[in-house]
Amino acid sequence: MNSAGRSDLAFITQNPILRETAHTLVPTTLLYALYVQFHGDFGPGGGFQAGVIFSVGLVLYALIYGVEKASAVLSRRTAEVLSALGVLLYALTGVAALLRGGAFLDYAALAQQPLSGQHIGIFAIELGIGVTIVGVVMLIFYLLMDASDSA
Amino acid sequence: MSGQLLGCALLSLSAVAAVIIARTDNLFSAAFLAGMSSLLTAALFLSLDAPDVAFTEAAVGAGISTIFFLTTIAATGKQYAYAASRKVLGLTLAAATGWLLFYSMLDFPWLGDASLALHDHVARHYLEHSAAEVGPPNVVTSVLASYRGLDTLGEVCVIFTAGVGVLIVLGLFEQRGEE
Repeated sequence: MNSAGRSDLAFITQNPILRETAHTLVPTTLLYALYVQFHGDFGPGGGFQAGVIFSVGLVLYALIYGVEKASAVLSRRTAEVLSALGVLLYALTGVAALLRGGAFLDYAALAQQPLSGQHIGIFAIELGIGVTIVGVVMLIFYLLMDASDSA
Repeated sequence: MSGQLLGCALLSLSAVAAVIIARTDNLFSAAFLAGMSSLLTAALFLSLDAPDVAFTEAAVGAGISTIFFLTTIAATGKQYAYAASRKVLGLTLAAATGWLLFYSMLDFPWLGDASLALHDHVARHYLEHSAAEVGPPNVVTSVLASYRGLDTLGEVCVIFTAGVGVLIVLGLFEQRGEE
């Protein structure tokens, strides 16, 4: 616990300016990530960017308020599950198209109207991408923080 | 013309950052400068009308990578130990790589050349038909999620694999620390 890494991070957590900034930035970042996730069809962005922005918000929260509090929001076990769940959601969307008589990942087969099928399919796979990114980034972050604790 | 000036300015700043990164032995400043370099690259992508790529570069390069660098430095150490004997070898390799990149650049097409074969292949089809075939107004989303859905599934698998790899390597490290 008496490592160099911890004392450097203590400087961040106790700085009142950084705490107040984070207080405003964390919810804004998380909300913006959801906007990027669900607005990717119309503006720039999509699952990749949204997942990264969402995890940046969580990482900022963890740096200011401590990894323990961040783990209460999204534990390491949950991050592990999420990282696999997203890939599964993506692949299952493809299988669902197969079962409805289309080709693998041919979303047009998902609904009566090809365009609404495409809409559903893109929504599902973008969600899968976002979930996987959040899981993987948070998992790597937690592992690195554990490593700096025991170093 | 102003776009070219902007590009030159951004790339020059990026080069300055790269030289400072190579010369500093403080890993903290190296990590921050790497993030700055990514942000400059993101601005360059934006000036080339590629907001989706710029977005990714800013979020991943300037955001998450910097955080990962910093947490890694917190876990290892702030100073970089130079190996003086490797300096000549490193300089030779860097110069050779730079020369190769510059040499291949001479064959590059001009920026925005509309007569390229690249623009007449599937790109034209995507631009003209994606609204009717897929729907979203953002063509990048249509290509990434629908036309090239299988490639994107591969990318997501790569990211998942990266997570599993880090879990295996650092998980072993963690177990050894407990013993």
